[in-house]
Amino acid sequence: MYDGGKIVAGLVVFLAVVTSPIWYNVVAGKAEYRPDPKIVSQEKQCVAPKAWMTAMHMTLLNSWRDSVVREDNRVYVAANGKTYNMSLSKTCMQCHPNKSEFCDRCHNYASVNPYCWDCHVEPKEKK
Amino acid sequence: MNALYALFAVVALMLLAFLGVSTADLNVLFGAIVPYAAVSVFLIGVSYRVLKWATVPVPFRITTVCGQEKSLPWIKSSPLESPHNGVYAALRMALEVLAFRSLFRNTRISLAPDEKSIGGKRIVYSSNFFLWLGALAFHYCFLIILLRHFRFFTEPVVFFVPLLQDLDGFFQVGVPGVYMTGLIFVAAVGYLLLRRFSNPQVRYISLAADYFPLFLLLGIAGSGILMRYFFKVDVVKVKELMMGLIGFHPVVPDGIGSLFYIHLFLVCVLVAYFPFSKLVHMAGIFLSPTRNMANDNRAHRHINPWNYPVDVHTYEDWEEEFKDKLIAAGLPLDKG
Repeated sequence: MYDGGKIVAGLVVFLAVVTSPIWYNVVAGKAEYRPDPKIVSQEKQCVAPKAWMTAMHMTLLNSWRDSVVREDNRVYVAANGKTYNMSLSKTCMQCHPNKSEFCDRCHNYASVNPYCWDCHVEPKEKK
Repeated sequence: MNALYALFAVVALMLLAFLGVSTADLNVLFGAIVPYAAVSVFLIGVSYRVLKWATVPVPFRITTVCGQEKSLPWIKSSPLESPHNGVYAALRMALEVLAFRSLFRNTRISLAPDEKSIGGKRIVYSSNFFLWLGALAFHYCFLIILLRHFRFFTEPVVFFVPLLQDLDGFFQVGVPGVYMTGLIFVAAVGYLLLRRFSNPQVRYISLAADYFPLFLLLGIAGSGILMRYFFKVDVVKVKELMMGLIGFHPVVPDGIGSLFYIHLFLVCVLVAYFPFSKLVHMAGIFLSPTRNMANDNRAHRHINPWNYPVDVHTYEDWEEEFKDKLIAAGLPLDKG
């Protein structure tokens, strides 16, 4: 006897699993979606250049958190000498109050779930 | 020397991707053409291998067992060690695939001093627990890491990714949160590599093809860890690239960073290397002939598929043919 039938059935299952992202995206139909974080601020410059902020904002926020909570230091001196109040709610959210249109767009796209809002109160957005 | 060949090969591959992207500007080659080629080679190669195995006839059940076969009702049988039907054979296979049970039972032979024995030494068999543990840790971490990467392959992100991320980053160390699997993966692969160096017997039988996947995996894990925690790449653009590939509308965004291309190229090499190497045990484990069959040779008749019809001349036919002569000679006939 041959077991070819069972083996081919197993192979078909394997190929379906390996190619599952293709089918998933065909069904979901959002493969072309690109996140577009919306900046509503009138300010021209963030606390650091945009490219650096895109890559490193989580590290910056983490160091701000450590500085404020552990060292009681709320003053951030930017590279250009300007000083900022280290505060997610008061400094960051001043220019970026639109969490769902700014933070969440990239975070959802890249499946990043930061625990900012475990402690901070989520800003109330105008609908 | 074998290890050095493998190490040089992996370093050369890294340099190839790095120089190709950073100086020769071959982003399209490394971001689209190579991934498509690698996945094609993987799918076609693995299918070819498996289909070739599927044509092999199975004349008899050659199960290796380590327990009592099912026989008389008052003899206690051990169905997982000696499965008597397909269900138990499948359960035994599941334990093999999911828990590496035969590797767990793998033993290590060494010589221990013993004054009573000839030569002052005797053979002792001991458990090879850490090989099993390292292999299990490595395989499961690899699976979780692969499933976590579905955040780059699916939009909206498939439901199990956030669950795995939360579990994996349970300790919430640093930002971005450290994933346990990344660390365990490197530790486990590192152990499997050191084992090949430190154990003289294992080192003696290790080929370049044994070291190459280990170095390759360390390269993949290393580049991934560097990307996540140290030298950031633009994750959104990476996902745009991956989604383009998966939707068959390849786009290669600018400014992703060459570290990503090194990572992607090493993954492509690993994927394409699968069907040609020992890594195809991923498919082969399911086709282990001594494990995937039920031990039912005594209960069922198995016909050899390459038996050809044999032209037999039965006694009945012979008696019919020489009936007259047998009667004439006064010999008794079966048919009266």
